[in-house]
Amino acid sequence: MSETLAPEKEGTVNVAVMNQVAGSGARAESPLHHAELDKLAARNPRTGGVMLRELKLLGHLTLRGSQQNESFMNGCAEVLGLALPTQPLTSVEKGSVSIRWISPDEWLVVLPADQAYEVEQGLRAAIEGHFSVVNVSGGQTLLELSGPNARDVLKKSCPLDVHPSQFPVGKVAGTVFAKSTAVVRRSGEESWELVVRRSFADYIWLWLQDASREYGLVIKS
Amino acid sequence: MSQKNRLQSGGRIDRSKAMTFSYNGRQYKGYQGDTVASALLANGVDIVGRSFKYSRPRGLVTAGADEPNGILQMGATEATQVPNVRATQQELFDGLVCSATNGWPNAESDMMSILGKVGGKMMPPGFYYKTFMYPQSMWETYEKVIRKAAGFGRSPLENDPDEYDSVNQHCDLMVVGAGPAGLMAALTAARSGARVIIADEQNEFGGHLLSSRERIGGKSAADWVASIVEELASFPDVLMLPRSTVNGYHDHNFLTIHERRTDHIADKAPSGQVRQRMHRVRAHWVVLATGAQERPLVFAHNDVPGCMVASAVSTYINRYGVVPGKQLVLMTTNDGAYQTALDWADAGREVVAVVDTRANPQGELIEAVRKRGIKVITGSAVIEVSGKKRVSGVTVAGIDAKGEKVTGKAHSLLSCDTVASSGGWSPVVHLSCHAGSRPEWRDDIIGFVPGPTVQKQLIAGGITGTYALDKVLAEGAKAGQEATKRLGLTVADVQLPNVRNLREGKPMALFHVPHTKPTSRAPKQFVDYQNDVTAAGIELATREGFESIEHVKRYTAMGFGTDQGKLGNINGMAITAKVLGKTIPETGTTVFRPNYTPITFGAIAGRNCDELFDPKRFSAMHKWHVENGAKFEDVGQWKRPWYFPKAGETMQQSLDRECKATRESVGILDASTLGKIDIQGKDAREFLSRVYTNAWAKLGVGKCRYGLMCKEDGMVFDDGVTSCLGENHFLMTTTTGGAAGVLEWLELYHQTEWPELEVFFTSVTDHWATMTISGPNSRKLLAELTDIDLDKDGFKFMDWRAGTVAGVPARVFRISFTGELSFEINVQANYGLHVWEKLFEHGAKYNLTPYGTETMHILRAEKGFIIAGQDTDGSVHPFDLGMGWCVGNNKPFSYIGKRGMAREDCVRPNRKQLVGLKTKDPKVVLPEGAQAVADPKQAIPMDMLGHVTSSYWSANLGHSIAMGFVKGGLERMGESVYYPLADGRVIEAEICSPIFLDPKGERQNV
Amino acid sequence: MLHIYCPHCREHREEEEFHVKGQAHIARPLDPESCTDKEWGEYLFFRKNPRGIHHEIWYHSTGCRKFFNVTRDTVSYEIKEVYKIGEQPQVVAKG
Ligand SMILES: [Zn+2]
Repeated sequence: MSETLAPEKEGTVNVAVMNQVAGSGARAESPLHHAELDKLAARNPRTGGVMLRELKLLGHLTLRGSQQNESFMNGCAEVLGLALPTQPLTSVEKGSVSIRWISPDEWLVVLPADQAYEVEQGLRAAIEGHFSVVNVSGGQTLLELSGPNARDVLKKSCPLDVHPSQFPVGKVAGTVFAKSTAVVRRSGEESWELVVRRSFADYIWLWLQDASREYGLVIKS
Repeated sequence: MSQKNRLQSGGRIDRSKAMTFSYNGRQYKGYQGDTVASALLANGVDIVGRSFKYSRPRGLVTAGADEPNGILQMGATEATQVPNVRATQQELFDGLVCSATNGWPNAESDMMSILGKVGGKMMPPGFYYKTFMYPQSMWETYEKVIRKAAGFGRSPLENDPDEYDSVNQHCDLMVVGAGPAGLMAALTAARSGARVIIADEQNEFGGHLLSSRERIGGKSAADWVASIVEELASFPDVLMLPRSTVNGYHDHNFLTIHERRTDHIADKAPSGQVRQRMHRVRAHWVVLATGAQERPLVFAHNDVPGCMVASAVSTYINRYGVVPGKQLVLMTTNDGAYQTALDWADAGREVVAVVDTRANPQGELIEAVRKRGIKVITGSAVIEVSGKKRVSGVTVAGIDAKGEKVTGKAHSLLSCDTVASSGGWSPVVHLSCHAGSRPEWRDDIIGFVPGPTVQKQLIAGGITGTYALDKVLAEGAKAGQEATKRLGLTVADVQLPNVRNLREGKPMALFHVPHTKPTSRAPKQFVDYQNDVTAAGIELATREGFESIEHVKRYTAMGFGTDQGKLGNINGMAITAKVLGKTIPETGTTVFRPNYTPITFGAIAGRNCDELFDPKRFSAMHKWHVENGAKFEDVGQWKRPWYFPKAGETMQQSLDRECKATRESVGILDASTLGKIDIQGKDAREFLSRVYTNAWAKLGVGKCRYGLMCKEDGMVFDDGVTSCLGENHFLMTTTTGGAAGVLEWLELYHQTEWPELEVFFTSVTDHWATMTISGPNSRKLLAELTDIDLDKDGFKFMDWRAGTVAGVPARVFRISFTGELSFEINVQANYGLHVWEKLFEHGAKYNLTPYGTETMHILRAEKGFIIAGQDTDGSVHPFDLGMGWCVGNNKPFSYIGKRGMAREDCVRPNRKQLVGLKTKDPKVVLPEGAQAVADPKQAIPMDMLGHVTSSYWSANLGHSIAMGFVKGGLERMGESVYYPLADGRVIEAEICSPIFLDPKGERQNV
Repeated sequence: MLHIYCPHCREHREEEEFHVKGQAHIARPLDPESCTDKEWGEYLFFRKNPRGIHHEIWYHSTGCRKFFNVTRDTVSYEIKEVYKIGEQPQVVAKG
């Protein structure tokens, strides 16, 4: 089910592309699987100043390419159904797909996991020239922090200015977060998304519990 | 004890809320709104400490941050001990327990006097300097006595139970100080729509207005403050921080604020509350409105309890309803301090006299004092105080117009118990110095003001030397407007309130009051109370040749206490200047460093302690490792299984079992922590050729290759296997610790040197869970779980294949770090644990054995494989490692490291080279780091030839194995070197090939 | 703690998001093999330590992962300008 395949030109494999999603027989565990957030959600208080949930097992694709490459920009827009945001520190979202600006030639596409392979193939078919797509779904997870005190927890965790005047809904910033790193995105008036690396997820979870204790932390499943 | 000095009414204390507290083991009463200092004074406690060197009794001198004597050890329990808290800043709460920091065994006892006298002789000025200069051995003798006597406070011996944290703040305007200037600045900016933070070290906003009887805009000062505070609170973007000391003002308008959130409530923070918080503020603009601190005058025995600065006396009366004595003598160089005489008289106590150092003072306050019938003695000074534990009287003498000499013979002796003195005011310039600006002297205000700065900083009020209230308010408003304008906001209208200004005369510049005797022979005249620095000491220092004020400070320790010389530094400079015959600005300036007042370690540490001290990184299989008894090793921030002991096994037994099981059947290693970088682009191959030492031009799709990476100096800094996934697609692996550094290195060269190469790098370290099965049965095991054809000729050593393992899409790499038949399985990390567990389900019959980093190290050392960072240290090139085979000198591009390796020093003979080492006694394991010598009998220091980098017991071989550097080692096979150890043993070892097992490499090819 | 404007993210960020990579505008010799040991040593090891204007490379490590140049005053720590790799500074030391 997962043969190495790639847009093969003149019989050579240029890039190895692989459907990395296993069949139903294989158990997938998100980085915070063992924290048993679902159980905590059932047990924990229902009210508090900060809500946390893991948006787990999503597809994450790192997209690299030049904004000057029309084929790249058009191909992405066509395949993703959304134009890549070119304004620094912004994001776009449509349905279950969101795209974060990471750098002038880097974007993070978050989408349902089972679409990652198809989208990657689509991009490779649609785009000419120099670009790269890398599936990083296993390497990171998405945490959603919301509630009236979510901003206070962010201020304890990262040096960004998260005042509404400086951090409007949709803004994205890669930063130092809880002594590791995160891509922070304001997803709503009172909600924020953090893309964190898998190996740091456990530490960040501990940190967030500690930092939000004074406001009351509600785990959502 | 009753509160004998407490007034019936007045002040900002709540007499309906009585509180009990313990000081030096005795119970006292005070009220809500008191500080420990005001409550002690209310109770008639005169002595709050013993001095550092001379063990003289000391009393409270000030009412604020500049207090040098009233330093407390706080805490009711061992765990809640806090040292170095100023009694003048600690709010009273019911049940508060504290004791004097200075004073052993207690402040009022004379038990120290003998030690004190010894101390005084032992510690002349320059004591530290001389002690450090002369035999070091002296210090140990002195130290025991000094440390104990000095009583700098002590830290708790138990864990602090409280929570501390830090918060990052951003604002348009940071206002430091909430006195009249600060409040006006904040109000102006807030009304203009700016994001404002205003912080003040006191429990209430208002600054000196809290102890003032002035009227502002027709209201009492306190009511006016309340109205401003109320308005500020109505702005959502104004953050007001009382009990918050701005302790540091760093580059680019970065400020650190130490907020004490619960220290005024109880010993321990209420459940769920943070005790102290550091605010790390980035401000577009800063207004420093830190006010000024009053200088005491320097006169003989000016440290006897009962000597205070004049404004502090007024503060205790007006703010706390406490008159700290019965009979007051006030000495002043200026008009303002006359207010203290009025406050004292209004409190119903006797003002014995006002002694004005000026011959003919004129001003409204002076007239008011005279009108009350209070004696004013002009052209005179208090030259000496009598009394030991409390002032009992003063000697007043006439002085000349310059204040340098006592004139006439007729000295009057006045009876009193309190001496208030005022030598004028020093602007609180501390914060303005933190980023490197030097204060500037102004003769007209007799003080230093902030100098030019590159910071986006404005100043207003007392810090500028402006003390008249109407001008202070105006400066505050103007600073607020200026900041607002520079922020690009529309400046809102702010009306200045009406205040009545008093007509004042000119102050006199006097710091050190003359005595009938020369300074060196006069009774002690204290400049720095906390460090017992006297005027005579400063004169001595200057005479000994220390003419720079910085040297004088270090020589005398002036300003080195926890009060940082807030009270004494200017007086000390003035005395130095006088001795040198220079002006104060010619003598130098005094620069202050962070922090403004002492800060707890808790606040500095914040959340960064215990479990959160440093991030811990875990692989997807971590839970399994924990459940299966792994001992862990820190590799960078990663927690890696070190070994997996079974019940009752020692570490060595566990390692022996893991090593044997792997070589005899199959072992498994969690290799997920290896750095992994996905490289795509048509120039990927070219890029690899430039950053690795070996050739990559011909590596085919489906193939893997080991590579060495050097820095430009030719020295190895990382290594790993890179696989060709496609013509334009590679997967690079790096060492665990080197992952981030290698990626940054690749980006640096791509972005700065070779942007024309079409290539992108993406970290996939966390994306792939990597497990290595190694050993003769690894193929059989894998075959049970995969659809990949594992035929040994189809899937060769150094090939990779894609397929599924345990139903999960995987890439399998046939590479080996053990020398055995090995397969490295990469699956998306979400499936890591699933695949790992499936391998164990099928592995039981092969005795599949998990092994950790230690066994990995042993197995690779048996094969002579290096570990970058253990067998390399940034000073060895590939040839030093005997790895010339990994250097491609025919590559067209001068790859990184090539030119470096060709430097004269890199090609000289007799470089240290990595070799194998076989101990003569095969049971002896060389210690890593041991130094090789040719002749162990030579004199020390011996000529060292190199050191052991890796050394283990090999259970498979039945003897110890080691690798290490030896000068010219590759040419010295078979020779012996000796390792003299610290315990006297000398270990002999024979230089050999580092490949101890399977030198032909047959096992990995089966 | 410096406050650094990233020319790619186009906003100021805290210093902790960045790594400093030393003196800027040191080009790798195009033909290292033709360099003498002395020339190669100059390239490798010798760096300026000016009092005043200094050009440095910084890396926005937790943000956009881009390198860029910073002109900084080593006395006052003021950042005079930032500019992208390949561009030249506008602010240079006098004399
Ligand atoms: Zn950036």
